[in-house]
Amino acid sequence: MSQVTPLGGYLLVAALVFSIGLAGALTRRNAILVLIGIELMLNAANLNLIAFWRYGSHPEALTGMMFAIFSIAVAAAEAAVGLGLVIQIYRHAKTTDLDQMNRMKG
Amino acid sequence: MSFVFYVLATLTVAGALAAVLLKNTVHCALALTVAFAGLALLFLNLDAQFAGFAQILVYIGAVAILVVFAILLTRGSDTPTDGVFSRTWLAGLAVAAAVFAVLGWAVIQTANLLPKSAPAPTVTVQQIGQALVGRYVLPLEIVAVLLTAAMIGAVIIAMHEKNGAPK
Repeated sequence: MSQVTPLGGYLLVAALVFSIGLAGALTRRNAILVLIGIELMLNAANLNLIAFWRYGSHPEALTGMMFAIFSIAVAAAEAAVGLGLVIQIYRHAKTTDLDQMNRMKG
Repeated sequence: MSFVFYVLATLTVAGALAAVLLKNTVHCALALTVAFAGLALLFLNLDAQFAGFAQILVYIGAVAILVVFAILLTRGSDTPTDGVFSRTWLAGLAVAAAVFAVLGWAVIQTANLLPKSAPAPTVTVQQIGQALVGRYVLPLEIVAVLLTAAMIGAVIIAMHEKNGAPK
């Protein structure tokens, strides 16, 4: 790890968190845990944006920072709608187990 | 690569792993909060104070609470007896490992092209605010409309009762 630059270290951490979130979203059965995995993936992308902003050539232009801030806002909206959908599905099907949600007809 | 970075990176990755691997869903939500806090501290370590505190406010203050509410409303805290992982967990794990392998390979291969160090940017919150109402005012307004629509949509979706009698 001695030759890894600070930016490379942040990118590796972001890649690791993204992969953990992807593994969670793909392997868990509870719909809420899948949403948690998606949130982890979004956060890893934000870490990439902030790291590139910090070590980029024009941090005063604020592009990476603005991208991350808008990404946080959109992720909050996504979480609210996603959890609302999970609650409604639970009312309808009495389960949040994705393996049992195998039909689209209401 | 400072000592602080290693501590924060370990905290974040451990929180993320626990959030994905733990059996009890409430414990997963609490581990997720640890991962969010670690990411916020990494943001602060990257001299992005505004993004770091926005991360704490939005994720730890709002999203984690929403997740806990959803878990309790759906009785997701009951650990299922037949395992918490999907039948196709091996394929999911393989896909995630492949994605990490490609990302890590790309980072390691381009290590020499990445900038070694950069002077700490001196960006004040005033500059961020002026950029938000100046150059980025259109995205800001669109995000405002999006958040309003998402909140109204979430409330309408969640309050509709199946027996046709909305509250």
